Amino acid sequence: MPESLLETGRRRTKLDRSYNGPPRQGPVRHISPAQLNLERIHEQNRANVQRVDPAKALAPAPGAAARGKPRLLLMGQRRSGKSSISSVVFHKMPPNETLFLESTARIQKDSMHSFMDFQVWDFPGQVDFMDPSFDLDAIFGEIGALIWVIDAQDEYVEAINRLNSTILNLQSSGYSAINIEVFIHKVDGLSDDYKLDIQRDVTQRIQDELSDHGFENAPINFHLTSIYNHSIFEAFSKVIQKLIPHLPYLEALLNNCCQKSGFEKAYLFDVLSKIYIATDSSPVDMPSYEICSDYIDVIVDVSEIYGWNRPAEYISFLEGAPWNKKLEDQVACKDAESCIVLTDGRRPIILREVNKYLALVAVVREGAYSKMPDIIENVNVTVGGLLEIFEITRRPKTRA
Amino acid sequence: MDNLNDNAAASPVSEPRKQKKKKVLLMGKSGSGKSSMRSIIFSNYVAKDTRRLGATIDVDLSSVKFLGNLTLNLWDCGGQDAFMENYLSQQRQHVFSNVGVLIYVFDIESRDLERDLHTYRSIIAALGQYSPNSSVYILVHKMDLVVPSQREDIYNERVAVIREKSDDFVPVPFATSIWDQSLYKAWAEIIHDLVPNLDQIEQHLGDLGKLIMAEEVLLFERSSFLVVSSWCSEIGALNPTSDRFERFSNIIKNFKQTTSRYTGTPKSAEQFALMELKLINFSLFVIKFTTNTYLAVILPPGEERFNLAMENCYIARKNFEDLDSPARKSADRGATSASTEA
Repeated sequence: MPESLLETGRRRTKLDRSYNGPPRQGPVRHISPAQLNLERIHEQNRANVQRVDPAKALAPAPGAAARGKPRLLLMGQRRSGKSSISSVVFHKMPPNETLFLESTARIQKDSMHSFMDFQVWDFPGQVDFMDPSFDLDAIFGEIGALIWVIDAQDEYVEAINRLNSTILNLQSSGYSAINIEVFIHKVDGLSDDYKLDIQRDVTQRIQDELSDHGFENAPINFHLTSIYNHSIFEAFSKVIQKLIPHLPYLEALLNNCCQKSGFEKAYLFDVLSKIYIATDSSPVDMPSYEICSDYIDVIVDVSEIYGWNRPAEYISFLEGAPWNKKLEDQVACKDAESCIVLTDGRRPIILREVNKYLALVAVVREGAYSKMPDIIENVNVTVGGLLEIFEITRRPKTRA
Repeated sequence: MDNLNDNAAASPVSEPRKQKKKKVLLMGKSGSGKSSMRSIIFSNYVAKDTRRLGATIDVDLSSVKFLGNLTLNLWDCGGQDAFMENYLSQQRQHVFSNVGVLIYVFDIESRDLERDLHTYRSIIAALGQYSPNSSVYILVHKMDLVVPSQREDIYNERVAVIREKSDDFVPVPFATSIWDQSLYKAWAEIIHDLVPNLDQIEQHLGDLGKLIMAEEVLLFERSSFLVVSSWCSEIGALNPTSDRFERFSNIIKNFKQTTSRYTGTPKSAEQFALMELKLINFSLFVIKFTTNTYLAVILPPGEERFNLAMENCYIARKNFEDLDSPARKSADRGATSASTEA
């Protein structure tokens, strides 16, 4: 029954919201079993690739737990913030506690079980993985994206040189399809102008160097990030979205819903990590992302307080006269739904649970509260559509 | 309230002006966190913002509107020794007369407990002289700095020592920290004791709760989001989360920070009019209730039940408006609520 995070609210067990995860040691960790995951999709893709071109087949990663999950590699110079990023985003560690993280000595592999399964590999900054003694295929085979973290508040020329040599190396060893995401990190506290200057400079240096080596238009994306605000979540959202094969369909559904129901912005969130895996096509603005992601927090926290198990005789009393219906039939919608109406402009923000891992959160146009029943109906249809997409993408695997 | 008025007349000072508002004195050693907690509770600060606060010079007066007819006349007294001596000598009468409540803050980390207790004793003596009927609350603050396993022992020990030094007063102790909801718990109870027509409000709230078959009904003050009054059914009382009021206050207050950033309105302004949440195991709504309050209702699941309850609460709103109306003068406080029904 109530198993999703929204209903039980069990995310942090400590009252003071402090970091309560397991110690960051050891190899792959399982968080919870997954139903809807990219493991299958990936396996399926892998099988397809193999059929078309056996030479290009992606090898499954070594180790049972690591097999078949897209991998995010976090790389960069030492002390650039890689472990902090993975702790904040995937383990809900409060940003100011990352000060106490120790230097990473070996590859930290974290396995995320959420709407899709993926692994995050946190690399020690001081080791050069281009050394021929490393098995490149074990690291870069089956990779989802390579995230290169650059400390914007430090001398970054060295970091860029290493990134360039890594990219060139990957090109020459046949991993050219890897998405390369550059996080220009620790930009909190820098002025906007300065941030853009740095971004321009970094971009310029990388593109110049690569084109000098005859490699034009490398698939590199740049993100300005900081763990002290929502920018890191946003950057990760963009990275993850590239790994979702059916993203265009999800986006089309959300676009349609936004248009028909008068939403200003709609996000499909992964509740646990608060990464959005899809959004409508209107530009993403930080404030709306912030309020939507914080609203999820409110609901998870409130559920934690009131989502306790009621005694059986109380439930049977509620199901008795004058209702004479099962509680499931008394509710209008079996999944969590919520809305809050802001005083400013009477603007509603709505949240609707999609499945165990995902929730649709949207900011609605001013004064739309009176149209709420229509909106809820539209959202219901959209959620139905989303679930159908997930169902379709899941099915071929079971047949195979 | 009545006996407090008597007390003002009986105190050695004759007040020239007509009925003055009761003071709430906030005292304690310098750096113990008085201004921090005041800013968090009444000025919508978040805990980390309090780092910006400087030392309070002399007395920082503020009146905090609360529930319309209750104005807290809050005296945040700077705690440096020079000021303390001043309060106890030249300003003795000025500071300690007509006090309704003394909130004394102890820093758990304090190096020199003897000295703290000495100051506390002098303050209590002065209070006994000018406002013998006032109530005293002790906040043992910065509890987050103590190792969790020792918290209770250290706290109990500290409270026992303080009790000994309190003369005839019976201080009500709380362990607090600005980093969790314990601060809300302490202040909610202090405020709870100050609201004059509370039993009426509570009774009406209970009637309303029974009528709509709620599990729990909470009444929040608008700006501080402290729980002013609450009612819970037999089932609601079984909820294993005992600190739920404080946590709820904390959650909403944190979210208000976000909404204020989003809408660009000041934090103290009203941020939302309605919040509803329907889950398979419970439903909940928070509505803007009277001018100064929000009402939160926790219900069993069910669409019809939810809609009926919400409608009923809107109907009941008019009656509660009478209980909490700024227009009413304190004089006829007792009479106002006689006509109301839930």
